[in-house]
Amino acid sequence: MNDFKKIAELTNLIGMVQARYAYAIDDGDFYDWPTFFIDDCFYQITSADNFGQGLEAGLMWLDSKAMLHDRILSLLEANVYERHSYRHILGQPHISSIEGDEVESETSFMVARITREGPTDLFATGRYVDRYKVTESDAKIMKRIVVLDSSYVDTLLGFPL
Amino acid sequence: MAAFDKVGAKRPTWSEEDGASRVPYWVFQREDVLEAENKKLFQGPVWNFLCLEAELEETGDFVAVSAGETPVIVTRDKDGQVYAFENRCAHRGSLLALEDRGNVKDFTCVYHAWTHSLQGDLIGVAFKDGIKGCGGIADDFKMENQGPRKMRVSVLHGLVFGCFDEDVDDIEDYLGEAVLERIERVLGGRKPVVLGRFTQILPNNWKLYVENTKDSYHASILHTFFTTFELNRLSQKGGIIVNETGGCHVSYSCVDHGETLDDDQKNAYKDENIRSDSDLSLTDMSLLESFKEYDDDITLQILSVFPNFVLQQIQNSVAVRTVLPKGTDSMHLKWTYIGFEDDTPEQRKMRLKLSNLIGPGGYVSMEDGCIGNFVQRGTKGAPDERAVLAMGGHSIETGTDRITEAAIRGFWTEYRGRMGL
Repeated sequence: MNDFKKIAELTNLIGMVQARYAYAIDDGDFYDWPTFFIDDCFYQITSADNFGQGLEAGLMWLDSKAMLHDRILSLLEANVYERHSYRHILGQPHISSIEGDEVESETSFMVARITREGPTDLFATGRYVDRYKVTESDAKIMKRIVVLDSSYVDTLLGFPL
Repeated sequence: MAAFDKVGAKRPTWSEEDGASRVPYWVFQREDVLEAENKKLFQGPVWNFLCLEAELEETGDFVAVSAGETPVIVTRDKDGQVYAFENRCAHRGSLLALEDRGNVKDFTCVYHAWTHSLQGDLIGVAFKDGIKGCGGIADDFKMENQGPRKMRVSVLHGLVFGCFDEDVDDIEDYLGEAVLERIERVLGGRKPVVLGRFTQILPNNWKLYVENTKDSYHASILHTFFTTFELNRLSQKGGIIVNETGGCHVSYSCVDHGETLDDDQKNAYKDENIRSDSDLSLTDMSLLESFKEYDDDITLQILSVFPNFVLQQIQNSVAVRTVLPKGTDSMHLKWTYIGFEDDTPEQRKMRLKLSNLIGPGGYVSMEDGCIGNFVQRGTKGAPDERAVLAMGGHSIETGTDRITEAAIRGFWTEYRGRMGL
């Protein structure tokens, strides 16, 4: 019963954090994105094929909060691309492991992309494979591997998922 | 009716005097051009990059890839040799391989279980003699020479190339000595390890991406990330190599040891109103950490093999790319990120971090994924208008100047020759 209560609480907490995470990317301030991570974090985007075969490379492979910040900085200040935005739809987190204040979870996502001269398209589906550091009222991402279901990416994957 | 007739009208011409300095936009738009490309280029006497030899370690290993739009299987047979043949059953044409890679004894078609060897020969027909004397294949059917078309295969420094036409030049002659040396520079005597594979779907004609890879002029203008961190300025030392036939090239730049850019060089960008004069700086510079890998000062080398292969070295980020047409206005760009067997963990980590520069979201390659579509859309209503390729004159010569479109002209020179356009 305690386990159930604990898992329900964590599901709720991580779900809330992830709702804010999606808001930051889709509707809020991109610079808030790194604040969901601990300083010494790891963030990677890869495909299910690469992930399954244990291949290490990523479409993004960032191993500090500062690098996450730089990603946003570069996208907003340096890189050139056509205006577009994302809409994240997240599933409920599945808590897969609890070790003290570190929690592993997986969450399915679908992301639509809205481009300047195109309709809204389904851009990416996949799952977050996460490790969180949990406190009473917050959870910070220690490690997030974004596992895309498909190895095919249309045109550009600039902003984070 | 007259208007409809016009749609099917024969292909417009491309004047001789345009050479490779003027390229009409209809070459990026027309179905009949693509059809001819599949026949004369990808199935003709050109070398298609197929895969890395490292992807075929064991007997029976295979990968399913494409030569242009033609599906191909590449295998390693019991004799240790690499073979390539169409991914098409001898019987009714179904795909034989339904996975991207794997290990098999043979290829048995799922449709009627016709069996093909690892070399692509038809070796078995299900119920060939019928059942209890009834049915079976016609008496005059012979299995010999019925198999899918085979490719001539060449393995060069771990790169597997294939060609449907036996009469193709040997790969060494096809590339020329200078390009060959630059492949050897990156891959010679080393065993590559695949670090990851990604495919980018680009909404543009395949040749627009090929042009982009050969375009040393755009690199530091379009890609602001590079210029900001002074990884590649046109004012840096470097150059381009174009092979004799034109279609293969190398573009490279070197680090200037101890030298910072002088004011003239800095002002060159400012004066041209190019977006590379920001004060942007990274918080975590470990992104760009690199190690000494080669005996020279070349930090960036982009190499292409006609028609559609790219070998890239950006510091320690090594990758191969294949450009595959998917219709006239779409293509697949297949990326294989590479490390080497003897990498230390630290070196491997640097490669993985530097890979943030490349791919569909790469700091320096993301613009390349978009620009082809900008051209495709920009030229939609202008099939008979022409692109201008006059930077650096009209030649396709090798040189130490990168403010040139010589390598792109080289591509079109070889393209026109082979296509008869």
